[in-house]
Amino acid sequence: MTDSRLHVDWTACDGRGMCVELLPELLAADDWGYPVPLDGRREPVVPAHLVGPARRAVNQCPMLALRLLGRPAN
Amino acid sequence: MSVSVDTSTRPGVTAPAGRNRLLGSGASDLASHDRRHGALPRFGSGGRLIGEVADAGLTGRGGAGFPTHRKMAEVAAGRDVVVVANAAEGEPASAKDRTLLAYAPHLVLDGLQLAAEAVAARHVHIYLRRSATAGVRAALAERHAARWDRLPVVVHTAPDTFVSGEESAVVAAVSGRRAVPADRLRRVSEVGVNGAPTLVQNVETLAHLGLIARHGPAWFRRQGTADEPGTFLATVGGAVASPGVYEAPYGIRLADAIALAGGPAAPLRAVLVGGFHGGWVPAAPDLPVSRAGLAAYGATPGAGVMIALDTATCGLAEAARIVGYLAAQSAGQCGPCVNGLPRLAETLAALARPRCDSRLAVEVERLATVVTGRGACRHPDSTGRLARSTLRAFAEDVTAHLSGRCVARRAR
Repeated sequence: MTDSRLHVDWTACDGRGMCVELLPELLAADDWGYPVPLDGRREPVVPAHLVGPARRAVNQCPMLALRLLGRPAN
Repeated sequence: MSVSVDTSTRPGVTAPAGRNRLLGSGASDLASHDRRHGALPRFGSGGRLIGEVADAGLTGRGGAGFPTHRKMAEVAAGRDVVVVANAAEGEPASAKDRTLLAYAPHLVLDGLQLAAEAVAARHVHIYLRRSATAGVRAALAERHAARWDRLPVVVHTAPDTFVSGEESAVVAAVSGRRAVPADRLRRVSEVGVNGAPTLVQNVETLAHLGLIARHGPAWFRRQGTADEPGTFLATVGGAVASPGVYEAPYGIRLADAIALAGGPAAPLRAVLVGGFHGGWVPAAPDLPVSRAGLAAYGATPGAGVMIALDTATCGLAEAARIVGYLAAQSAGQCGPCVNGLPRLAETLAALARPRCDSRLAVEVERLATVVTGRGACRHPDSTGRLARSTLRAFAEDVTAHLSGRCVARRAR
C-alpha cells in the first residue's frame, strides 16, 4: 500500500483557503492565501488518519484543484 | 563499450575530430550535408539505437540534462508515439539552438528522424521560434525532394516567451493550445501531444544523436569527461570580447570557455552559468564546466549559457534585473508564481540599493522557499534558486550595501 499524497493543480487553485481550514495538520496559507504543504513536498503525504479530511478538502475545493493520489484501496 | 567503428561506407565521410563536432561540420544544404556526413543510417525500431545512445551517455542539451536513452525507452513502450524537436529557446541569453538550426539544420533533422524511428513514432514535429521557421521549412523541402526523410515533419512556431519551451508547454502548443505549462498527473512520456506518449528532445540533443548513429558511442566519448561525455554548445556573453555560440567539451575549464569568446573584456567577478535559471559561480579559471564541477555552487551547465560579470558591475543589481524579467515572464497561471516572483524581484531590487535594510536578505530567502515546488512548472523553483545563489555569491556585496557602500563601485 502506498502513501496517499495530495496533488494541487496550481493552474486551477485560486487561494480560497478551504483546504487550509480543513487540513491544518498538512497545509498552511502563504502571504496570499494559497496552500503551503507543511512537509515541504510538492505533493504532501497524507497519513492514514487524515485521508478522510483530505477527501473532504478535495470534494469541497471550489476550484476543483485538489486530487488525492495513490489512495489505499478500501 | 563497443569499439569505435566509422559505420559509414561512403568514401570521404569521416567522424568529426576535435571539439567542433556540430559547429565544425555545418552544411546548410542537403548535398553538402550528404558529402560531409553520408546517408541517414537505418537502425529500425528494435531499440539498437537506444542502446547506442545509452552507451554514449548522451544527456538532454535543453537544460535539465536528463539521460536521453531513458526518455526514449520510456516512450518506446507506448503506442502511436509522438516525437517533438524542441527549439523554442525562450531563454534570452541563449542563442545556440537557432545558431545550430541555421548552421546545420540537416544534422538536427537527421537526429529527429533517427529518434522517431527508434521509438516507432507515428507523428513527428519540430517546434521553433518564428525567425528559424523559413530555414527549417526550406531544409525539409530539400529532404522531401530527395526522399531523405522516412516520416513527414510538421513545423510549429513557438511564441517568444521564456516558458514556451517547457515540456508541458511544448505539448500544449503542438496540440494546438496556448504554449503555457500545464498541470500534470502523468508524465509527457505517457500522456503528451493529443494524449499520446510523447518524446520531447532539444534540437542540439538530436544533432548529437545524428552523429552518434553514424560514428558510434566510443567516438562520442572521446570528448568530455567519463561521467559527462561529449561536447555542448555554449552561448558565452556578458563581459567577454566576442560574445557568441561556441562548442566545448563538458569539463572545460571556465577560463578556457571564456577564452573561446575572446577572453574577458574586463576583470571578472563572477559568471552566471546555466542562464537565467542557473546559478552564479566565482570567476575561478580552473573551475570545470560540468555537473560535477559546478555542483558545489548549486549550478549546472544547463543549456550552456555563461554570462560573465565584470568587477565594475554590481551582481545584486544584475540579479535583481534578471529576477524582475523572470517575474514578468510568469505565464500568470499559478498563484505562488504570480504573487511570489514579483515580491521576490522587488525585495532583491531593494537589496541592490545601498543603505538597504538587513532584513531584506532574510526575506529573499523566505520568498525563495515559499515559491519552490508550488507551480505547474519549475519556473518559480528555478527563479528562487537564482535568488538564493545571488545571496551566496554576493554576500560581501550585501554587507557593503547595508552600510551604504557598493563593492562594484569601489572596484571601478
